[in-house]
Amino acid sequence: MNASLIRSPMVLVVAALGLLLLLYNTIYVVSETSQAVILNLGNPVGTVNAWRPGESFGRTNAGLKVKIPFLQSIVWVDKRVRDVDLEGQQVLSTDQLRVEVDAFARYRVVDPITMVRTAGNEERVADQLQPILRAALRNELGKRKMDELLSPERGVVMDNIRAGLQRIASQYGVQIVDVRIKQAELPSGTPLESAFERMRTARLQEATTITARGQRAAQIIQAQADATAAQIYAASFNKDPAFYDFYRAMQSYRATFVGQPGQAMGETSIVLSPQDGYLRQFEAK
Amino acid sequence: MTGRRVDADILRNDSKGPWGSGGNNNDGGSNGGQGSGPRNPWAFPPSGKRTRSSNPIEDWLSKARRGGGGGGGNFLGGGDAKRWYLVAAGVLLAAWIILTSVHPIAAKERGVVTVLGRYTGTLSPGWQVTMPYPLASVTIVDMSVRNETFPENGGDNLVLTQDQNIINLSYSVNWQVANPEDYSFQIRDQQGTVRAVAESAMRAVIATVPLNAAIGSGQDRIAARVQENMQSILDRYHAGVRIQIVAIKGAVAPQQVDEAFKAVSAAEQKAQAQVNNANAYAQQKIAAAQGETAQFDKLYEQYKLAPEVTKRRLYYETMEQVLAKSNKTIVEAPGVTPYLPLPQLKGSSETAAKQGVAP
Repeated sequence: MNASLIRSPMVLVVAALGLLLLLYNTIYVVSETSQAVILNLGNPVGTVNAWRPGESFGRTNAGLKVKIPFLQSIVWVDKRVRDVDLEGQQVLSTDQLRVEVDAFARYRVVDPITMVRTAGNEERVADQLQPILRAALRNELGKRKMDELLSPERGVVMDNIRAGLQRIASQYGVQIVDVRIKQAELPSGTPLESAFERMRTARLQEATTITARGQRAAQIIQAQADATAAQIYAASFNKDPAFYDFYRAMQSYRATFVGQPGQAMGETSIVLSPQDGYLRQFEAK
Repeated sequence: MTGRRVDADILRNDSKGPWGSGGNNNDGGSNGGQGSGPRNPWAFPPSGKRTRSSNPIEDWLSKARRGGGGGGGNFLGGGDAKRWYLVAAGVLLAAWIILTSVHPIAAKERGVVTVLGRYTGTLSPGWQVTMPYPLASVTIVDMSVRNETFPENGGDNLVLTQDQNIINLSYSVNWQVANPEDYSFQIRDQQGTVRAVAESAMRAVIATVPLNAAIGSGQDRIAARVQENMQSILDRYHAGVRIQIVAIKGAVAPQQVDEAFKAVSAAEQKAQAQVNNANAYAQQKIAAAQGETAQFDKLYEQYKLAPEVTKRRLYYETMEQVLAKSNKTIVEAPGVTPYLPLPQLKGSSETAAKQGVAP
């Protein structure tokens, strides 16, 4: 090359551009949140910063990396936990109750090469996991009764769904971190209305029961009080029944003939014989 | 070789010139901050090259200089212009470095630093220095407590209980970032994750308690269990999030069945009232019995000491009171037939004829 050619600005610019393109194709930055799959002419040959359990940030393989320009290309895969959502899935339990279920699965791509081989890219993984999750959910929930779905056994149900999903997800190099039911609701319309009706009648039944129980409790309390009072009277008066008879008779006469002040009394006419006990002293024996 | 390098430098300066002066004129800081600065040297070589070879472009450039750089370009000669560009570029570079390497971190924040993608450290509150932008990038993480409410914007949030009843539940979750690195690198859509986990955990717990516990006394326990479950789920995700508190704001019957629920509480009130009345009756009854018997007992003690006298005294006192208030007729029997004014007697129901009171 002669000097004039080297100094020609056109050549310089072309060279600079070429160098830039080369650099751009050689150097790449892998962030902490992504994994890179290196493709050799479209064929995945290796990974950079692939997920490993329990690694600490700063010690990962993230950073500035170099690859063979033009020959190798990169597919980026998220390293973080991602989610697949299922909204409003109608599930029929074995006791023929319809439930509307929202569920989600959290997953992480742990084998990006497998993922790239089978699915190509991340979006397609999500697209393929969703129908699998739906099928697993329906299968597993369809085997249960309504109250089982709601019971603490739900944990077992979820584990089964997770295991079922994991079996298939493994083909994509995906680890299912968690499968959870977000909502399980009765579908609006007749099922919801009949549930409300059931609740309403159950409440009214409870109200009636409470009223009846209250009445019963009140009667028992009164009866017990009567019994206690009777016991108290008996214990006292039984010491001398004859005197009680006299004492009570006196009280009774006073109540019937004298009455309380202010109380309306019938007029009383009394016909006495001189032989009467009260008039005994008339005879002055 | 050396000549070429010098040329390249000149090229770079020249090419940066229009940008530099333009940028300086507008706002060097904001221009730098946008991160478009470093790319400029490479973006402009074509025009820079032509500066050298063709006069029309030279003219155009000087016009641009006049327009963009104000009067400055006019007064400087060719050699001085180059120096001026150099200074401008230097100033820009310095501004760029300062602006992108100094980070004010507020008290409730942390800065997660990555250098060329790799995590290198976390910045504490205060003025912190890192490498400038393209090398190092800082993600500010808000560490303050955040609040999520459910349902998000009012309305009903119907939840199934263990006994297949439905309640209308509203609650809130307070959470904060506990580990900014995990929070930044481990999960995607952090807030969405927290919300989804909260909803899932809450419904799972409500599904294990009966209606009465959910709308009544069990709420504290439910909230505590939800908090615990949420924390363990998020820890499994390595989310770097701490759940501060879960608070149930309202757990009530859906309005469709509200009337029936009110009927229950009305029945409870009524039953309680009945029991209260019965208790009052019982107290009264027993107190009366105790009073009466005490009276009798006291009298009986005295009667035991002097039976005959006491008895007669009681008898006379009573008769006195009885007869004092009555009309009395004393009939000398036998032989006299008393005429009783029966129609007169008939009128009053309380009438009684008293004959021969036995002592």
